[in-house]
Amino acid sequence: MNYDNDWFLSVLTFTPLVGALVMMLIPKADEALHKAIALAVSGGLFLFGTFYMLTEFDFDNSGAMQFNFDTNWINVINSRYIVGVDGMALPLILLTLLVVPLCVIYSWDHFPEPANPKAFLILILILETGMIGTFVAEDLILFFVFFEVVLLPMFFMIAVWGGPDRRYASLKFFLFTLFGSALMILAFLSLFFLAEDPSGVALRTFDIQALTEWGGANLTRSAGLLIFGGMFMGFGIKVPMFPFHTWLPDAHTQAPTVGSVILAAVLLKLGTYGFIRIAIPILPQAAVEWAPWIGLLAVIGIIYGALGCLAQTDMKRLIAFSSVSHMGFVMLGIATLTTFGINAAVFGMVAHGLITGILFFVAGSVKDRYHTLEIERLGGLLLQAPRMGWILGFATMASLGLPGLAGFWGEFPAILSAYNPANGVSETIFRTYMVIAAVGTVLAAGYLLWLLQRTAFGEPSEEFANDPEIVDASRFEYVAWAPMLVLIVVLGIFPNLIFKTSDPAVEKSLHPCLSAEGEEFIALDCPAVFGVEVAGG
Amino acid sequence: MSLSSLLLFAADAGPALPGYTFAGPWILRNVWLLPLIPALSFLAILFFGKRLPFKGAEIGIASVLSILALAIVANIAWFDHRDNYESEKAEDAAGLLLSDEYATVAIDGEPDSLLLSADAGEGGEAAHGSTAVRNEATWFQSGGQEFKVGTLVDGQAVMMLFVVTFISTLVHVFSTEYVAGDRRYTHYFAFLSLFTASMLLLVVSASTIQFITAWELVGVCSFALIGHWWEEKPNSDAALKAFLTNRVGDIGLLVGMIILFFSAGQTFDIVKINTMALAGEIPQRNLTIAALCLMAAVMSKSGQFILHTWLPDAMAGPTPVSALIHAATMVVAGVYMIARLYGVFFVGFSIEGSPVNPMALIGMFTLIFAGLLAFVQDDIKKVLAYSTVSQLGYMVMALGVGAWTAGMFHLFTHAFFKAGLFLGAGSVAHSVHSFDMKKDMGGMRKFMPTTYKTFIICTLALVGIFPFAGFWSKDEILVGTGGWGLFGGTGGNGNYTLMLIGGIFGAALTGAYMTRVIYLTFFGEFRHVAHHDDHAVDHGHADDAHDAHANHDPHEHGPAITIPLILLAGFATLIGLVNLPPGFITGNLESWQERFFHFYEPSAAAYFPAIAHGTPSYTLAIFASVVGLLGVGLAYFYYFVLVDRKSKAMGESLTELPNGPTSKFGILKAGHTLLVEKYYLDHLYTDVIAGGTKGPLAKAVYWFNQNVLDATVDGVGRTSVIAGKAVYEHIDQTVIDGAVNLSGVVSSETGAGLRKTQNGKIQQYAAYLFAGATLLAGVLIFVI
Repeated sequence: MNYDNDWFLSVLTFTPLVGALVMMLIPKADEALHKAIALAVSGGLFLFGTFYMLTEFDFDNSGAMQFNFDTNWINVINSRYIVGVDGMALPLILLTLLVVPLCVIYSWDHFPEPANPKAFLILILILETGMIGTFVAEDLILFFVFFEVVLLPMFFMIAVWGGPDRRYASLKFFLFTLFGSALMILAFLSLFFLAEDPSGVALRTFDIQALTEWGGANLTRSAGLLIFGGMFMGFGIKVPMFPFHTWLPDAHTQAPTVGSVILAAVLLKLGTYGFIRIAIPILPQAAVEWAPWIGLLAVIGIIYGALGCLAQTDMKRLIAFSSVSHMGFVMLGIATLTTFGINAAVFGMVAHGLITGILFFVAGSVKDRYHTLEIERLGGLLLQAPRMGWILGFATMASLGLPGLAGFWGEFPAILSAYNPANGVSETIFRTYMVIAAVGTVLAAGYLLWLLQRTAFGEPSEEFANDPEIVDASRFEYVAWAPMLVLIVVLGIFPNLIFKTSDPAVEKSLHPCLSAEGEEFIALDCPAVFGVEVAGG
Repeated sequence: MSLSSLLLFAADAGPALPGYTFAGPWILRNVWLLPLIPALSFLAILFFGKRLPFKGAEIGIASVLSILALAIVANIAWFDHRDNYESEKAEDAAGLLLSDEYATVAIDGEPDSLLLSADAGEGGEAAHGSTAVRNEATWFQSGGQEFKVGTLVDGQAVMMLFVVTFISTLVHVFSTEYVAGDRRYTHYFAFLSLFTASMLLLVVSASTIQFITAWELVGVCSFALIGHWWEEKPNSDAALKAFLTNRVGDIGLLVGMIILFFSAGQTFDIVKINTMALAGEIPQRNLTIAALCLMAAVMSKSGQFILHTWLPDAMAGPTPVSALIHAATMVVAGVYMIARLYGVFFVGFSIEGSPVNPMALIGMFTLIFAGLLAFVQDDIKKVLAYSTVSQLGYMVMALGVGAWTAGMFHLFTHAFFKAGLFLGAGSVAHSVHSFDMKKDMGGMRKFMPTTYKTFIICTLALVGIFPFAGFWSKDEILVGTGGWGLFGGTGGNGNYTLMLIGGIFGAALTGAYMTRVIYLTFFGEFRHVAHHDDHAVDHGHADDAHDAHANHDPHEHGPAITIPLILLAGFATLIGLVNLPPGFITGNLESWQERFFHFYEPSAAAYFPAIAHGTPSYTLAIFASVVGLLGVGLAYFYYFVLVDRKSKAMGESLTELPNGPTSKFGILKAGHTLLVEKYYLDHLYTDVIAGGTKGPLAKAVYWFNQNVLDATVDGVGRTSVIAGKAVYEHIDQTVIDGAVNLSGVVSSETGAGLRKTQNGKIQQYAAYLFAGATLLAGVLIFVI
């Protein structure tokens, strides 16, 4: 392992914050400079960070934490500043690094009202620090801090730059997440106080790797279930899982375009990442018992989100609801507690980030031109702005899980993994989920294609037929979208770019008893909760 | 090839299963070129097409010609490989030097014996099996296991490579004139390329997940091309219907493939799945469920009852597209899948030795019910669409009764004559600017002699008149049912008498509805002029660029349209001869028998079941032909005699008798209505199921979301806000403003003024939160 690169993740995390601090010192009137700094910081960080990670990261050993840095932080509660990255976090960090500069570019010449690029860009940079920090944190308190850091800038972004109902939406977003956070920190503290090593000595640690090794060994069943439940609330609200999703459509609908993009592309993944980094590795036994319920909420989310989409009259709200459905697939993969499922989830997170990001971008651009997102009033986008129309068509195809594009690799393997969930998880139940999820793919095609038909096909409505404002995508829009479009295709054709990286890390994060069979299982002396339900072949 | 590279290859490829090799002729190992070339062509047309002199059509045609050439080379290479591979291996076994071409993972002695197992149908030919050629690369990894993407080339694949590239080439050429001047000419050719690429990918797929990929991609191309003229809602509706109906079938595809994946020990490998299924290593129950699931996919993709309803609507697309996608190639993907996973279906449905199974039954119902629907269509393309559904029924039924070769042979012959019919219909429509036979056609033989002649030839092939192509393939299907014990023909895999009867009855239907089409289109008097006012309403869009001269008399078209027609008519006449039944000719020519069977059936490969082959019977051939001709005769009597006589008497060009049987007899009238309403299936799907989901169900769920879930959340929120108003205001007024001030922001809307930085408040907030959480944690610990 290379110990010379321990500075890297801290630089990656805090550079945006430094950029934000610098921008605070510059007068608001100097807009061009603000834009330049924001782009330089986020874009430079993307170029440098991606290059450095792709060259220095040991992909043959992507199961191991790399670029580690571990130092004292809050001694009184034995919380440490530990950062590291493995194959599970790497794709998400790269996604974050990519999305932020694209958002800056997209905003370049049309900042949402009330403009003020300085504040807007500062918030984006603070967000970036929070998001990257969450993905690299290897200490529960550190994770929690970053998880919360993300909350405030997004709150402001919605509350200040949002739509007409922004106050309500932002508050709802804030309180909902905060509620989950409270339970989550509670769960973290319980771990701190309850974890004991085999000899009965209290661990008193927030170190995620240490706790993973401990694996909930000395917890009583009910304590494990409760603690997992606390984390479930914290992460599940963020995902969001049915029935805690109602903040999402409002937040998305009211948020400015860039806010929606970041929210969909990265913020939701903080929740799913929490599950696969913290909840499941640390408490595998509780996870086994929770799995059928998580799976249930996931498939309800898939169908419910899709039906919700069908009822929408607003394009952006429809896309927001589609996130509920798509994240349902991700959660279904996670709930199987198998490498296959969680790999699919990691892929699904990235794919959803890219695809839904594009969808929100296009929706934002439609709004800029038509000043409405009411589906009934739209139509004929392909005639008025053909390239935008094609991009929308491409994005809907990607979103409905078309093979050959990224969305497929989050969806199909997740459905597949539900056929054969981990030891101790009921096959019958999950096979039912599998079929329900497969039905969800039909509904997904339904709402997405109906959206496409009503907005892009047909003739433009009279209202907008001769509107000079309706022009095709601008240069800034192309630059902001192109990388995402290309990645959707590239990842669709070369899924191993993510799978090969995430697979060893996912495998390492899962308790061996979850997948062991036969003699291996006996040799591991697994607790009863993993009782193997013999695979039906 | 050096020894070391040989070993490396072997290590990478893993142990070979009987029935395939990783070596073989270069072209067969590199068929991935075939999908790749049109895929690149798609990108080239999309990005540069509009700037080129022929708007991108030249790229499309160049690419499709090159892959046609490659496909022909692949076929020739396959013929050689099929016949000579084993002898090369024998040399290998004898310790001779490996020839470069066949330097391979040696297949050891045991599989050899499998390969050399009985090959009943070949009658003394070199008694060795077919050895597929594979190539693969890692696609992705999960759970430490690597999953491959690759090509599997055997007779079935090379046959299909030729069909797809050949029809695609003709359609490209035909389209240059047919869609000339279209508003999206370039996109049209781009999607033709993408379709060709996807279809070829499907054809050479070696793994189920790759198969799913290509399967969906052809669906998207179909969607894009059906909806080519998306300005009009009916077209985009048809496109959506096609896609969504296929998605319903895809549930079965996904679930079926998943079951097979786990049943075969976590693999997507088609060969391995088949081999294990046939070796009895997969529980029968799993195979049956998987086969049923996959049948749902076949029903949607290959237009089998009851998921066929999208296919007639798909005729909203340009006619050459209908010829290529919705007649010759894409819609046979389901049939192709059955043939590809034949081990699974063969065992799963216990095809051997049973009198009936779901696949054969679905095929039989489809061929009859679709044939009936063809009678009440006025749109020439819709007749052909239902005819396609019906013929697909034949193919599925053939595979269902175990007559693999017959089914694939029918797929092969059908591609040519049905493409010929569709292009012929397109040629007519291009002249009269309509597809409506009753309103806008009639007497076309006088105006369009080439189209007329080729259409007649293709019809003869479709109806199955000796010696046209369809005769041979349909006869082989009937033989394959094994139901003709009565007159000396011997059984195939089971005693499928019911399917035999259905198949013969279907032949009569085919003859009758095609005779109707011929009369309405080519005979009688031209009816178009009288209805010229309706022109704009009921026209397809074939005439988009031609509205200007809509008043002209119809006329024959240029070579871009006629040459494809003539070529297809030629194939429709002769192609049946590639699989003459044994015993039909003797002497020196005997080696010309069953060429199709010999080269294309993967006989004696471990991934393919040892199916029995029925012995052809002259009596059956004659009987079926007579029944078919009876259908022709009845329709001929009705149209060419009765209707014609009445027309002359009344002095106008009639299309039906004014007081025909359907208006006289109640039961016939009811039957007619049932057919016109397409068995009410569209009502069920569109209005009840789709409408119900989109309407009441979705609205109910959303109501629940807003008024139950959200109301609860709001209620809780409001209560908390009231309860904690002071705290909330504290945060709102100090923290938020503080942060705003911190960044030096003055937002005029929020009206916040500049104040001193108060970042201490954030820490305070964090401290509160932390303290509260600690307190709760204490409680939790106490409780536990």
